[in-house]
Amino acid sequence: MDSLLTVKNLSVDFQTDQGTVHAVRGISFDVKSGEILGIVGESGSGKSVTMYSIMGLLTDNAEIRCDQLEFQGVDINPTHFEDKKGYLAAMKKLRGCSMSMIFQDPMTFLNPTMRIGKQLCEPILNHTNLTKQQAMQRALELMALVGIPSPETRIRQYPFEFSGGMRQRIIIAIAMANNPLLMIADEPTTALDVTIQAQVLELIRTVSKQMQSSVILITHDLGVVASLCDRIHIMYGGKIVETGTDREIFYSPNHPYTAGLLSCIFDPREEHSELTPIQGSPPDLLSPPAGCPFVDRCEKAMKICKLKMPEYTQLSPTHSSACWLNELAKGGSEG
Amino acid sequence: MNTADVILKVEDLKTYFYAGGGLFSQKKVIKAVDGVSLEIFRGETLGLVGESGCGKSTLGRTIVKLYEPAGGKIYFDGQDVTALQGPKLKQFRKDVQMIFQDPYASLDPRMTIGEILKEPMTIHELYQNDAQREQRAVELLRIVGLKPDHIRRYPHEFSGGQRQRISIARTLALDPKFIICDEPISALDVSIQAQIINLLKQIQEESGLSYLFVAHDLSMVKHISNRIAVMYLGHIMEIGDSHELYLHPMHPYSIALLSAVPIPDPVEGKQKHPEPIAGELPSPLNPPMGCPFSTRCPYADDRCKREMPALKEKNGRMIACFRVE
Repeated sequence: MDSLLTVKNLSVDFQTDQGTVHAVRGISFDVKSGEILGIVGESGSGKSVTMYSIMGLLTDNAEIRCDQLEFQGVDINPTHFEDKKGYLAAMKKLRGCSMSMIFQDPMTFLNPTMRIGKQLCEPILNHTNLTKQQAMQRALELMALVGIPSPETRIRQYPFEFSGGMRQRIIIAIAMANNPLLMIADEPTTALDVTIQAQVLELIRTVSKQMQSSVILITHDLGVVASLCDRIHIMYGGKIVETGTDREIFYSPNHPYTAGLLSCIFDPREEHSELTPIQGSPPDLLSPPAGCPFVDRCEKAMKICKLKMPEYTQLSPTHSSACWLNELAKGGSEG
Repeated sequence: MNTADVILKVEDLKTYFYAGGGLFSQKKVIKAVDGVSLEIFRGETLGLVGESGCGKSTLGRTIVKLYEPAGGKIYFDGQDVTALQGPKLKQFRKDVQMIFQDPYASLDPRMTIGEILKEPMTIHELYQNDAQREQRAVELLRIVGLKPDHIRRYPHEFSGGQRQRISIARTLALDPKFIICDEPISALDVSIQAQIINLLKQIQEESGLSYLFVAHDLSMVKHISNRIAVMYLGHIMEIGDSHELYLHPMHPYSIALLSAVPIPDPVEGKQKHPEPIAGELPSPLNPPMGCPFSTRCPYADDRCKREMPALKEKNGRMIACFRVE
């Protein structure tokens, strides 16, 4: 499969009153066309900031450093543009067209003063040569596609007349308006009930299949990831600590953090399983540890973990993990 | 278990809210809790699950008398609390405590942790002097896994999980017999959720208190609860042993609700394409005539649309459905 999006060594810092927050600290990954990629991490692990920096949606106090950022072979690395205006203009062409975003909170991401139809037409009119009537027609199609009953009446209504699940469907419809190649879904079901979550996940699955677009799903819910994603990145403290296919991550987790995460979720199929929580709390990214970000909570931490970030160890062509234990095992087998 | 072990009994409890009622429109009644009956035994945890808007938080808040019930009775330790007043009400407030959902909103930002923990003790005139209260506050911090020197700090210096530990310490300050946990973990990260759940379980093992655990995260509820009650639009649909109910839900709504829970397994999770329940929760302003679930239920017939089935026992389980009868 070709890679649709390539990110190499991306770092994002924020200047704040308290000091510099190192939100993302040198991450690299790629997204292949047609796949559903899951990015899992706790709040503050940098997963949303990563996506916002790809989309060019970060605030002005953000400093982005990046070696390579390519989408469809086109350079969208913000550090490669001469001025901010040029970058924003380039991103404006992409956003809502070939890459789009599904936001977390369906209650706040729709404009309460605009009719649903107008909000649906906006990305269509901005990126195509369709007339208003044609755009409206397309909006109706989209609403039917995401399963909104009687779209002809609903299209003239305002967001407050929609429930949370219905609003999330509208947001998905807006995101897919121009058949994007990449949809980034930032915790799309966190604000929803399980029954509605199941409907929305099913919708994302069918939509991505129909349009053959890639999806990056950001979430902290491992159940959601397991049922939707082909490949998974585990993020912690602004770094990707482990990458693998769904089976590799769930059946043979390598990084202690991944293993810890899996042991503190609860499988409803088992009768009495003990939860083994990860002790402590995530690192403060104002002064992140020099070594592995997980060192303070890791039961297997060694001296070197505090001092130096481990390199990625390739465990299989698709599975890699950054942990000193792997180096140790390697060293042991070699010498 | 016999009736002597019942710590809380709720009979046909109703909580109504009123909406609208301007110059020209009539007041509308929202029946948030509409005839709920349940029992909670000493030392057990009853999980209460349901979609948002089903009335589960309202039920919890009515039990602690944050809302005045529109009808029905609440018995705590055999005593009807709906009519309590004066010193007896104060005693009830001491025995029944609540942990709230949002640890960022439920702690006063201008009070130190010590003041937060000592306030309930002062109100209820526990211990003779401030030094003793302070000693108790330090002990509470130790119980919930925080450090004694945290007592001088302010809430903003703590993370979400730590704040929830402070909330728990505050409820424990009065040695309650019964704690209502209103979605205590839903604002926390996964790794922190497990810490809080284990802490709550450990406290229960040590002091034998009872919990009503309100949540929408169904897998966590199962982990902490002995029994589970499924609520829908102000009504209890099913109550049963938590593991039994998870494995063999009997009410159509319980079946649909549980099948929507994603399974944390890449093979099984992807094979499972739950038949999502069609539609959404009806508006409580305008609930369906008969069974509240009849508008979304695949088995609903005319009778379901006309009358509400009563909660009846079947194989040790309480279910409100004509089909099971």
